[in-house]
Amino acid sequence: MSVEMLAGYTTDYIEKFSQQNNEPDWMKTLRADALKQAEKLEMPKPDKTRITRWDFSTFSHQGEAKKISALVDLPDHIKKFVNLEADEQNLVILRNQFNSYQALSADLKDKGVIFTDIFTAMQEHPELVEQYYMTEAVSVDEHKLTAVHAALMNGGVFLYVPKNVVIDTPVQAIFWQEDQDLALFNHVIIVAEENSQVTYVENYLSDHQETKTVANVVAEVFAKANASISYGSVDHFAYGTTAYINRRGMADRDSEIKWALGQMNDGNTLSENVTHLLGDNSFCYAKAVSVGRGDQTQNFTAKTINYGKASDGLILQHGVMKDRATAIFHGIGKIEHGATKSNAEQESRVLMLNKDARGDANPILLIDEDDVTAGHAASVGRVDPLHLYYLMSRGISQKEAERLIIHGFLAPVVSSIPIEAVRKQLTDVIEGKVY
Amino acid sequence: MAGSTLEIKDLHVEIEGKEILKGVNLTVKGGEFHAIMGPNGTGKSTLASAIMGHPNYEVTKGSILMDGEDVLEMEVDERAKAGLFLGMQYPSEISGVTTSEFLRSAINAHREEGDEIPLMKFIKEMDQTMDFLDIDTNMAQRYLNEGFSGGEKKRNEILQLMLIKPKIGILDEIDSGLDIDALKIVSKGINKLRSEAFGCLIITHYQRLLNYVTPDYVHVMMQGRVVKSGGAELVERLEAEGYEWIKEELGIEDETVGQDA
Repeated sequence: MSVEMLAGYTTDYIEKFSQQNNEPDWMKTLRADALKQAEKLEMPKPDKTRITRWDFSTFSHQGEAKKISALVDLPDHIKKFVNLEADEQNLVILRNQFNSYQALSADLKDKGVIFTDIFTAMQEHPELVEQYYMTEAVSVDEHKLTAVHAALMNGGVFLYVPKNVVIDTPVQAIFWQEDQDLALFNHVIIVAEENSQVTYVENYLSDHQETKTVANVVAEVFAKANASISYGSVDHFAYGTTAYINRRGMADRDSEIKWALGQMNDGNTLSENVTHLLGDNSFCYAKAVSVGRGDQTQNFTAKTINYGKASDGLILQHGVMKDRATAIFHGIGKIEHGATKSNAEQESRVLMLNKDARGDANPILLIDEDDVTAGHAASVGRVDPLHLYYLMSRGISQKEAERLIIHGFLAPVVSSIPIEAVRKQLTDVIEGKVY
Repeated sequence: MAGSTLEIKDLHVEIEGKEILKGVNLTVKGGEFHAIMGPNGTGKSTLASAIMGHPNYEVTKGSILMDGEDVLEMEVDERAKAGLFLGMQYPSEISGVTTSEFLRSAINAHREEGDEIPLMKFIKEMDQTMDFLDIDTNMAQRYLNEGFSGGEKKRNEILQLMLIKPKIGILDEIDSGLDIDALKIVSKGINKLRSEAFGCLIITHYQRLLNYVTPDYVHVMMQGRVVKSGGAELVERLEAEGYEWIKEELGIEDETVGQDA
């Protein structure tokens, strides 16, 4: 497989691809080095899931560029994620990884906010991107998939919020995988400078179902001192897409990163969400919901690492499994030596709807400091027949009763998604996956 | 509007292979309030649960008919739609589902598709009924029964009863754990429903509730059967003399069916 994954992706190909995107030299070098490393590095070995047979090799790397002239012209299944009524859009749409629509309010532009696709960002702000691109958060050489990502990165967005700038309205990115076999080697960077605030929401959407392809997504999120980042996502890659998703947060002193992830992929998925609580008094709340269906296998990790004193890492994961779907939810709270008065709490709950569905919660606390608090709760179970009985005794049908219970089970995370249109769409996606 | 009739004939019910009800006969008609009394462990709650279709109870013999229709053939939701309602002793806590969302689903379940209750009408009815039952309106946005006090849960059951407006209401120890003020409010709710269109089966082992809700008929259960029936005067005698005289009269030594039913 190691040979296949990069078959055809030679040094020449990478250089030409980089050229074609007018990339700065540092990026050319980074890609070339990454390609060399990718050939040598091992695949990641996620705990309790064998991914050796997963198909990370079948995909195409470049898609067809198509513009979007106006939001109203978008097809309905994309349009419904956009709030068309908004006076001003802060929105980037990548269609087949090309920047096809971009809008940022004049006010935010004046304040120095940058929100554009990663290639434009590299041309217009090369030093800024270089400073954060696979340097501090995610490394090229973590394993084969991060290296392949770095070598083949074919799209993404860059969001930069200057010092003291508070963005009230959410900033949104839509990644639209329209070409059937196009892989998304997507890279997201968010930098919130000191005292700034931003809410970012992203949607991953596939038009196809069965066609085999790959998603290899890296997001690097930086909250500087006293900054606040709220990060919402709805991942909805299709059955044929094998997905590796790595979202990592770096929280400085007094900052906060709040994740609300709707993990709704239909294909095999390896997803990790790790937040480094570097600064004193930093805060992270990592919330995620997942629905598994069909025969898909998924492996989720939510992890917080406390370095700073009085830092606070919270994890909440709720998963619903149906059909023959399998998923494991790792929750890891790690407290480093010296992180006194810090706290790590986690809760993972899995609800199974069919006898063949399998879900597991794997709570782990790793603590190298005495003066801390930590806790975990985990449960795996089925819909309580007495809950069904209670709801049905009021005339509610079994199907509707199950629907209420499942929505209720997922509500704590769904209600945290920052944009109403996206929250509603996530609810619809859940509806579509569960019934 | 003519009331409905719930007929229970020779009902035998088992839980985990143990027979709890051993031939109950009872008929409740619209306009009638029946009280079922009796010491703990005599099968009162089992009767209520079996009528509604609790998954842990198995009917082994006998019949339950609602206006001639076979209730035992119906799913739980169909029983509700046929006009039955059970106010439960231990209502479930459903996380993530707000009380108002649940109430609206329940009301709409009793209406035809396309004839759902308009949102404003629903909110108005819910608010008025909550007010009548002295319930804090923020309960509407709290998750169903989650973290509710015992009294709040019971009032919530009565709130549902009043909004769903069943033909036959069964109230299983709706008075247990209530202080006197809450008991008066719950009674006020039940009394408001009294009409020819509504029949009620009130299960209790305290006479207290029946001081506020006057039953037309009173039945005493022992050993999984109705052993004595009478009018409201039976309540007074039970209050004054307890159950011993009935046991003596019928030659019963142990009134229970061997476990807390």
